[in-house]
Amino acid sequence: MERTIIKSENFNAYFGNNHVVKNVNIEIERNKVIAVMGPSGCGKTTYLRCINRLHELIEGARCDGKMLLNGQDVYNMHPIFTRLKIGMVFQRPNPFPNLSIYDNVIAGYVLNGIKMSKADKNDIVEKSLTSAALWKEVKDSLHKKGTFLSGGQQQRLCIARAIAMEPEVLLLDEPTSALDPISTSSIEELLKELKNNFTLIIVTHNMQQAARVSDKTAFFYMGELVEYDDTKKMFTNPDDIRTQNYITGRFS
Amino acid sequence: MHPHIKFRVAKSKAAEIILIVLAFFVTAPLLFIIYYIFQKGIKVINWNFLTQLPHPVGEVGGGIVNALVGSGLIVLYASIMAIPIGILCGIYLSEHKSSKLAYFSRLCVDVLQGVPSIVIGIVVYFWIVKPLHTFSAISGSVALAIMMLPIIIKSTEETLKLLPASLKEAAIALAIPYHRVITKVLLPCGISGILSGIILSVARIAGETAPLLFTAFGNPYLNTNMLKPMQSLPLLIFNYATSPYDEWHDLAWGAALILLFTVLLLNIITKLTTRKWNVQL
Repeated sequence: MERTIIKSENFNAYFGNNHVVKNVNIEIERNKVIAVMGPSGCGKTTYLRCINRLHELIEGARCDGKMLLNGQDVYNMHPIFTRLKIGMVFQRPNPFPNLSIYDNVIAGYVLNGIKMSKADKNDIVEKSLTSAALWKEVKDSLHKKGTFLSGGQQQRLCIARAIAMEPEVLLLDEPTSALDPISTSSIEELLKELKNNFTLIIVTHNMQQAARVSDKTAFFYMGELVEYDDTKKMFTNPDDIRTQNYITGRFS
Repeated sequence: MHPHIKFRVAKSKAAEIILIVLAFFVTAPLLFIIYYIFQKGIKVINWNFLTQLPHPVGEVGGGIVNALVGSGLIVLYASIMAIPIGILCGIYLSEHKSSKLAYFSRLCVDVLQGVPSIVIGIVVYFWIVKPLHTFSAISGSVALAIMMLPIIIKSTEETLKLLPASLKEAAIALAIPYHRVITKVLLPCGISGILSGIILSVARIAGETAPLLFTAFGNPYLNTNMLKPMQSLPLLIFNYATSPYDEWHDLAWGAALILLFTVLLLNIITKLTTRKWNVQL
């Protein structure tokens, strides 16, 4: 299998006349954790939302350039197909408030109208919740509403829901910024486990987090991809002066 | 206590008392109305009142079964027409907040809400009653459906707008097609608001008289044919209350009591549905 899973070529994104992602070229390798960091408003979240085509849902938003998934341009696929291959976890935990924990995990199947046997459902629920390190905590309350859980548990439920669909890539948009430190560290631990099966792209503006969890780091500034390299190198010996300034806290 | 603080405490107490008095003034008219109608209407209400046709003037007794059945049917058909259109329109308005069509539809809905009910009655008279050459229950239903629409549209739109965008994005990011995002995620999460809008709109039109004057017209006999004139509670109250006979006045009070309690009941059901079906976001 090819090592590169996602590749952007001259990728641009706009909100109306506002050019928020500028000519990004990047190659992302399979089964790695990639951190995308940068100051607020640098286009990192927008770039992430372009990968699974959520960006285009916003009025006045558009993009151009190539976004290749396994060599195929996601902008030539049906967006549903793209999103089956590329799951997403959001900044704030957003389990479906009308569904139980159990149904939240298999929401991707149930809401798509896919019929499954009870045994298959149970398997998927247990496997996904176990992968999301949540099974032990919720196995006795699977039929309670997902919103009864704590924030950190809800976020892990959202991760379980995303990986239940067995995507190739998992996008995480500041997944711990709404959580307390303990939940944050449990999710960070989880990310290290998950990279065995998925490619993780995590947006964060917490530099320590990027340093802790990622194999490679991309630094965005003012819509440009300034630098993309091994995390170790990025945090010890970056090539670009802007990366260095950001990491040493000269601006944020 | 420091005199300064004493004064503040007194001011705060005074404000509290004023609020309680004002709150009482708001509820008082309703309580008086309920009391008055109850006192006047309760004496005619019995099993015969609910199951018999009106007797001719001069005979004692008689009931309003024709109006009960008529009101039920007219409101039922109005709901069948207004609820699907209203919900679909509400979904459109909440999904397309700033398109031109949405702007004009929203404007139309606001204006429609302000159109006097008698005007709607006259318009429906020219649309349906005249071409068919007969007053009919279905024309009354159409008039009432037009009155229900803005209420259902507004409540659906507002309910769906209050749902966080993250909910919709969660569904879309799971590769769920748009129509299923609406039917399986947005509508179930907003069900309590939408239901209460529907029940409130039913409560609102159940007592409408003016649109029915030119359409359902009224009928002293029991009729279940939607293409024929039909009696309804508000029409019966109007006709009997303006008649010169005391027996009929009593029937009108009784009918008013039933109508009032139906509307109150619907409002209470609304409160209960909001509580029962509410989805904790």
